Amino acid sequence: MAHLEDQRETVYKVDPANPETKDLPILRTEELLLNMGPQHPATHGVLKVILDLEGERITKSTVVMGFLHRGVEKLAEYGTYHQFIPHTDRLDYVCAMYNNFAYCRAVEKLMNVTVPERAEYLRTIVAEVQRIIGHLFWLGTQALDIGAMTVFFYTFRDREILLDWFDELCGARLTTSWYRIGGVERDFTDSLESKIRDFLAYFPPKIDEYVVFLEKNRIWLARTVGVAVISAEDALGYGLSGPTLRGSGVDYDLRKYESYGAYPKCEFSVPVGKNGDTYDRYWIRIEEMRESIKIIRQCMDQMPKEGPVMAEVPSVTLPPKNRVFTNLESMIQQFKLFSQGFDAPPGEIYCGTEAHKGELGFYIVSTGGGNPYRLKIRSPSFIHMGAFDYMAKGYMIADAVTIFGSYDIVMGECDR
Amino acid sequence: MGLIQIGKKHEKDGDIGVITLSLEKAANWARKGSLWPMTFGLACCAIEMIAAVSSRYDVDRYGAGVFRGSPRQSDLMIVAGTVCRRMAPVIRKIYDQMPEPKYVISMGSCATSGNIYDSYSVVQGVDRFVPVDIYVPGCPPTPEALFDGILRLQDQIMQKRVFTKQPEEVRPRDKAIG
Amino acid sequence: MHPLAETIQTRFPDGFLSAQEWRGDLAVTVKREALHAIGRFLKDDPDMACDYIVLVSSVDWPDEEERFEVVYEVYSIRHRHRIRVKTRVPEHDCYVDSLTDIWPGADFMEREVFDMMGIRFNNHPDMRRILMPDDFPEGYPLRKDFPLQGKGWRDTFDFLNEGAAS
Repeated sequence: MAHLEDQRETVYKVDPANPETKDLPILRTEELLLNMGPQHPATHGVLKVILDLEGERITKSTVVMGFLHRGVEKLAEYGTYHQFIPHTDRLDYVCAMYNNFAYCRAVEKLMNVTVPERAEYLRTIVAEVQRIIGHLFWLGTQALDIGAMTVFFYTFRDREILLDWFDELCGARLTTSWYRIGGVERDFTDSLESKIRDFLAYFPPKIDEYVVFLEKNRIWLARTVGVAVISAEDALGYGLSGPTLRGSGVDYDLRKYESYGAYPKCEFSVPVGKNGDTYDRYWIRIEEMRESIKIIRQCMDQMPKEGPVMAEVPSVTLPPKNRVFTNLESMIQQFKLFSQGFDAPPGEIYCGTEAHKGELGFYIVSTGGGNPYRLKIRSPSFIHMGAFDYMAKGYMIADAVTIFGSYDIVMGECDR
Repeated sequence: MGLIQIGKKHEKDGDIGVITLSLEKAANWARKGSLWPMTFGLACCAIEMIAAVSSRYDVDRYGAGVFRGSPRQSDLMIVAGTVCRRMAPVIRKIYDQMPEPKYVISMGSCATSGNIYDSYSVVQGVDRFVPVDIYVPGCPPTPEALFDGILRLQDQIMQKRVFTKQPEEVRPRDKAIG
Repeated sequence: MHPLAETIQTRFPDGFLSAQEWRGDLAVTVKREALHAIGRFLKDDPDMACDYIVLVSSVDWPDEEERFEVVYEVYSIRHRHRIRVKTRVPEHDCYVDSLTDIWPGADFMEREVFDMMGIRFNNHPDMRRILMPDDFPEGYPLRKDFPLQGKGWRDTFDFLNEGAAS
């Protein structure tokens, strides 16, 4: 925080009584208004920021968003609970699996469905793989925005390995829709398991490789250390979450404190930063990738070798595909679930999940019937952007990109 | 190949190192080999577009890898993602700022037809206000599909007439559509 | 009743209306006049210490007299508990006191509620639309009487003929 105060002082403290400035010619000064976006290579999508500048310092910033507002919350009211799963893919498209996970958990909480043990492990493994993908994507693009292009090619190389793995798992690279309410769509194949084990051995040295590129890179250090500092108290007040909040030293990770999936059975630590600057957030993401590897390894070892991957609650969960094609009851069940949906009890729930950006929550109000009455998405990107004005004050124009890059914003989720 | 023909009507015919071809084809060949796309990601498809640029796929092989930040330097607009009504004037403005010749690829179902987003704020297809050359299906299309789109666009470019009068520029349709 | 709800009830007997607990979530319904005071109490009281704002949302119940419901969800990092505070507003008097001064993060979320539902917040620093453009002509999209496809705005391109005219 002290660093920020210093910077602000140099910007704002203009002393008219100072004799040194008296002799200088009076220059015309005015505030400059800079419009950044919505088409800008470094805004991670379609975000517009209007910056009030004093010289090169930002004095005020107005965030204009909604350029990707697709009306997802309205669409949710017109479809059944199952039909909303593909929409969640496209919210945070970098990290589709985790959105599926968060949504399915919320509906399971609403319907009181328990997921079978093997499915819990599968979900956790895939979710952590998705977290690694998300962090790799963040690392590559953030380094690219800041000016270190090499890392981008390295992270994307490793990201492709995992995307191939997703492709084999569910047939899609980005918009996966693999999670289902009450379980997952299909089990791993043997080749997938061996591939993920290979990756576990392959990946940790690669993390060190990225770190080598950045840790001693003077440009990276100059542009991240002490930039976008936010204190723990402010970060909480602004509702920040995920690595952005943990960078400020707040130990808030839903995987630990409102544990779900197979996380309670795994041992892992939650990295917490000290200074609350962009560098700490970077460091947390690197450490989280290492922790994810640990979690995946433990899950692979502990996972029961056999078992159902979908809960058997005929009124809510889908029947297995092979039964749909051979058994009449299952076919009717499938048809009913997709055409009418299941009958949700009236009530309201909020269920938050620790996605790689922060707390992704779904607030669902049900009045009975097959459609949600109201579905509100608590998306971390949107809430992080709320703190942008506060965090950008006093920094240079070039740091604006660093700041919203450090939240890891994705506009699909931000505007919904 | 079709482009380079060793001619038989010239005095230097048969000379190694001399090729003859029509100037029109040469111009088109140059155009298709240096498509500079604009960095213009809207939504999910932008991620696949980035993947197409990155290490594994490397769109540079087709000459379409020089992504420019400014519309005034680029030839190709890849509309990658959901086109919301609020974004529509911006897209149109960017399109108008691009110098001729310019091409538009509508990447993905959202840009092509609105996809599952049949809601109050989503334009049901970018072709309602910008002329589109190539539609790439998929949600999102894989980088391979985008490459296919780019290659087909290159084929189209080879068919264009350069020195004879072009047909009237595609005028935007009336505003009361849909 | 949940001990947290009891604390709120004893502290604000006039403002407190009811408390529900379902699927492990605690929701407290309060009068809107008391919302700001209760928010302040939730933030500052050492036993509550709800320093983290989770979400601000709204629900539309068109058949009821007090049509709109504003929902705040807050969390305490120190005590690891969450509380959902809800309040109702009628349509003709669609105002709630903003909680932006307590949790600055409520700023954008309240703007979103205004944008989508049309509920205004008193003392909000910047009460404008956030996701839809400022001149959006059709009203508030998440209200139940708003059609899914909108009222035609998405298909009108007023910018198209600007260039053609000149």
